[in-house]
Amino acid sequence: MAQSLAKEFTKGLWAELPPFRLVLGLCPVLAVTKTVENGIGMGVATTFVLVFSNLLVSLLRNIIPPKVRIACYIVIIATFVTIVELVMQAYTYPLFLKLGIFIPLIVVNCIVLGRAEAFASKNNPVMAIADGLGIGIGFTLSLAALGAVREFLGAGTITIWGGNPVFAMPESFQAFSFMVEAPGAFVALGLMLACMNLIGSK
Amino acid sequence: MREMISMIVVLTALTGIAGGLLAAVKTGTEVKIEEQVLKFQKAPAIEEIFPGATNDPIMERFNLQAGDSAVQIFPAKMADGSRAIAFETKGKGGYGGDVGLMVGIKLDNDQIVAARVTTHAETPGLGARAKDDPTFVSQFTDKPLDTNLALKSDNGSIDAMSGATITSRAVTLAAIQAQNLYKNLKPEILKQMP
Repeated sequence: MAQSLAKEFTKGLWAELPPFRLVLGLCPVLAVTKTVENGIGMGVATTFVLVFSNLLVSLLRNIIPPKVRIACYIVIIATFVTIVELVMQAYTYPLFLKLGIFIPLIVVNCIVLGRAEAFASKNNPVMAIADGLGIGIGFTLSLAALGAVREFLGAGTITIWGGNPVFAMPESFQAFSFMVEAPGAFVALGLMLACMNLIGSK
Repeated sequence: MREMISMIVVLTALTGIAGGLLAAVKTGTEVKIEEQVLKFQKAPAIEEIFPGATNDPIMERFNLQAGDSAVQIFPAKMADGSRAIAFETKGKGGYGGDVGLMVGIKLDNDQIVAARVTTHAETPGLGARAKDDPTFVSQFTDKPLDTNLALKSDNGSIDAMSGATITSRAVTLAAIQAQNLYKNLKPEILKQMP
C-alpha cells in the first residue's frame, strides 16, 4: 500500500511529468512562464484544483452515473477553479492580474480533467490525492523551470515571489527579450523537451 | 428510467452544492477583494486622473445613494484650488464582462478631467489596450458634460480602438453612464463638499 502510494506520487515528478513527458496542458505552460513567480503561482493554483477535484471525483466515483460523468467532473473542477480565483483576488491581487484569463482557463486544462477521468474515477481517495499532489508538484516545478530559463535569458532576473527579483544580472547584461515573447516560449520548451528526452533515452 | 432519474438527481445535487459553496466563498472574500481592488485598481487610476491633488482622495472617499446602489465618490482638491470628484461606473457589454471606468469631473465647469479603465477582463493586446495604453481614454479629457460620448459609429464623438470596437463601446457606455450619474448626483455632492 505504502509502496504503491509512493509510486503514484513520484510518477508525476518524472515518468509522467505533465508538460515535458506527456506534453499536456501547454496553453498555460507557454503563456504564463514569463517569470518564475508566474510559473509558481499558476502551478500552485493548478495543484490545488487537481488535489481537490481528484479527491471529490474519487469519493463520488460510485455515485456519478457513467453517462454524465464528464459533466459532473467539469462542475467539480469549475467549482474549485472559481474558489482559487476568488481567493487569489482576495490575497494575491497583483499575481491575479498577471495571470489574468489563465486562472479561469484551468477548468479546461486537460491535465485536470485527464487525471479525474483516467485515475481518480478508478482509485480510492488516498491514491487520488497522492496522484493529484504528484502531478501538481511536477507541473509546478516544470513551470518554474521553464519560467527560470525564460526570465533569466529574457530579463536577466529570477523572481520567486512578491515581484522583487532575488537574483539580477549586472547592468551590463544584454537581455535577450525574444525569450519572454510568445515565440521564445516555444523555443525554450522545445529545447527543454529535447534535453529531457536525451536524459530519458539513456 | 432509473438511470435517467439518477442522472438528474446527481447532477442537480452536485450543481446545487457547488453553487452554495461558491456563494459562501464569494461572501467570505468580498470585503477583502474590495480592499484589494481599491488599492491596486482604483488608487492608481485616481493618481493618474488627479496627478496634482493636494489632498488624499482615497482617504476622503464617501458614499452616495443613487437609485438602489451606493456610489463611491473620491473628492480631490486640484493644485489650482479648484475641486473635482472621481467615481467609477461599469460599462456593460465588454468582451469579458463589465468594463470599469474611473471618471474624474471638475465641479466648477462640469468638464471631465480624465478617465481611466480600472477592472476589466478584456483580451490581452486587443481590448486590454483600453487600460494599458491611455491614448483611447485620453479622448475623454476636457470634454464638457453635454458632449455625446458615444462612438463615432454610433453617431457620437469618440474614435473606437481599431480591432476592439466591442471594448471601446463598453467604455463609452460607462462614460455616458457617468455623465448621467453626475447630473443626478451633483446637488448631493455639493452638499457633501462645502
